[in-house]
Amino acid sequence: MKELRVLSPTAILGYGFPMASFEEGMKRKPHVIAVDAGSTDPGPYYLGAGISFTDATAVKRDLSIMIEAAMKEDIPVIIGTAGGAGGEPHLQEVVDIIKAIAAEKKLTFKMAVIHAEIDKEMVAKKLADGKVSPLHPAPELTEGELEETERIVGQMGLEPIIKALDEGAQVIVAGRAYDPTVFAALAVKEGYDTGLALHMGKILECASIAATPGSGSDCMFGYLGDDYFKLEPLSPIRKCTTLSVAAHTLYEKTNPYVLPGPGGVIDLHDAKFEQETDSMVKVTGSKFIPSDAYTIKLEGAKKVGYRTVSIAGTRDSIMIGQIDAIVEEVKERVKDNFSDADFDYYLDFKIYGKNAVMGSLEPMNEITSHEIGIVIEAVADTQQIANTICSFARSTMLHYGYNGRISTAGNLAFPYSPSDFKAGEVYAFSLYHVVEVDPYELFPIDYMTVGEAL
Amino acid sequence: MKRRLKDIAEVIRSKNAGPYELTFDIIFKDWELFETACKHHIINKQVIASLYDIPITDVINIIEFKPAKAIKATIVRPMASGQLGETDVYGAQQHAPLVDLEVPF
Repeated sequence: MKELRVLSPTAILGYGFPMASFEEGMKRKPHVIAVDAGSTDPGPYYLGAGISFTDATAVKRDLSIMIEAAMKEDIPVIIGTAGGAGGEPHLQEVVDIIKAIAAEKKLTFKMAVIHAEIDKEMVAKKLADGKVSPLHPAPELTEGELEETERIVGQMGLEPIIKALDEGAQVIVAGRAYDPTVFAALAVKEGYDTGLALHMGKILECASIAATPGSGSDCMFGYLGDDYFKLEPLSPIRKCTTLSVAAHTLYEKTNPYVLPGPGGVIDLHDAKFEQETDSMVKVTGSKFIPSDAYTIKLEGAKKVGYRTVSIAGTRDSIMIGQIDAIVEEVKERVKDNFSDADFDYYLDFKIYGKNAVMGSLEPMNEITSHEIGIVIEAVADTQQIANTICSFARSTMLHYGYNGRISTAGNLAFPYSPSDFKAGEVYAFSLYHVVEVDPYELFPIDYMTVGEAL
Repeated sequence: MKRRLKDIAEVIRSKNAGPYELTFDIIFKDWELFETACKHHIINKQVIASLYDIPITDVINIIEFKPAKAIKATIVRPMASGQLGETDVYGAQQHAPLVDLEVPF
């Protein structure tokens, strides 16, 4: 079987890549350029708010280079988890960027847009049918929690992307997609082994993070044969080593031997990593084991309020020595002051220098720093109430007469004016569940010709 | 003899494994250290539970991954990523107690 070649320009669309590396990749005549554009890692906000965590200008720069090169070589470009979270507004942002690129570069191509935002009623129906189960340790889904959810996406598998390739799409923009799929779809369509293709995709999705020195903003190249795949970084300063590639297999996963995805698992118990050349690694033995029922993952986020934060610091040893008590007393003052107002709010103080990074997991309780940072945070049903609570907590702490106080001018050092920041809507994850589905049913595809009429 | 984990490991890192799990990777400096670490089970459920003061049932697994000469531990996240009270959305700074962990060698 001939080798199938895949170019992964960057770990996340918009993270950028050096042109020299990209050109090295194009010299190797890839059959497809693919890129992962998203993650749940930045937290629930982006999914809930319908906003991308990468910047549109940076995304346009990356896509512009990729699409122009792909059209020149007549190969497809596949984008997974468009807009960072892969919901409808995220997808639309990337579609608009692609249309602008086509207009500017005078390119014409067939584009497939694969939707991944899932209707709440559909999930409710699946829930009632007992087809929805939590991914441990996420909690069981309740109807109430589902009702509050702002946006749900399903993580598509290979099938909808292969369908779009079959239909002759040259640019495929997928909403939420299992990260390796965009790299593996063409290979699986062409009859290559699914386990090897997905394992290769799992490493390519982070581009050069799997090389040493690693980088999320540099290209990686994959070569897939009938019983192996090879990985090669495209910058001369990086190398793939058996260790750098194997170590990447661990990354962000619960179990590196068994990687679950849509419709089955990648089984790596027999995977072997060999050093092929100084900078290239060969992997064999990865297997795909289909599951009995085809399941995909659902992700959802719900709005929990609006946030205001104030950032300050203190350098006073008397205050630092009793900071916990001061925080409790300030919280009490705030509560008492608005006891008649019927405000529903969350007020939190993060004390940098004391447990602010690890919270409940922190084993050290002693403050050893001569100064500490204080972040005051209020979350409430409206921005106005959050502003009120944060402002009052900040002014109370600034002038609070704690025990033994001798610095009577003010307790806090503020680096900024204004001292309080309106952070806007706050979201929380509400769905992280698997659902039994037909591989195509939740991911409708629109086809369109982009650019001038053919 | 007791040694600190940072003296025998090349990489000690933490990261979210999805929004509900936190995973720790310890990649050893050489094969001998990795094999000794595995033989003595220096990273086990009890060690992780004690280090982070969590119930042992919250330690999801401990996995030795030979291809990367690594031992991996995964725990239940104290809260879902980004929930109110969050301190580390990416979970990338929760490895710290492992760095100075004293291990019997």
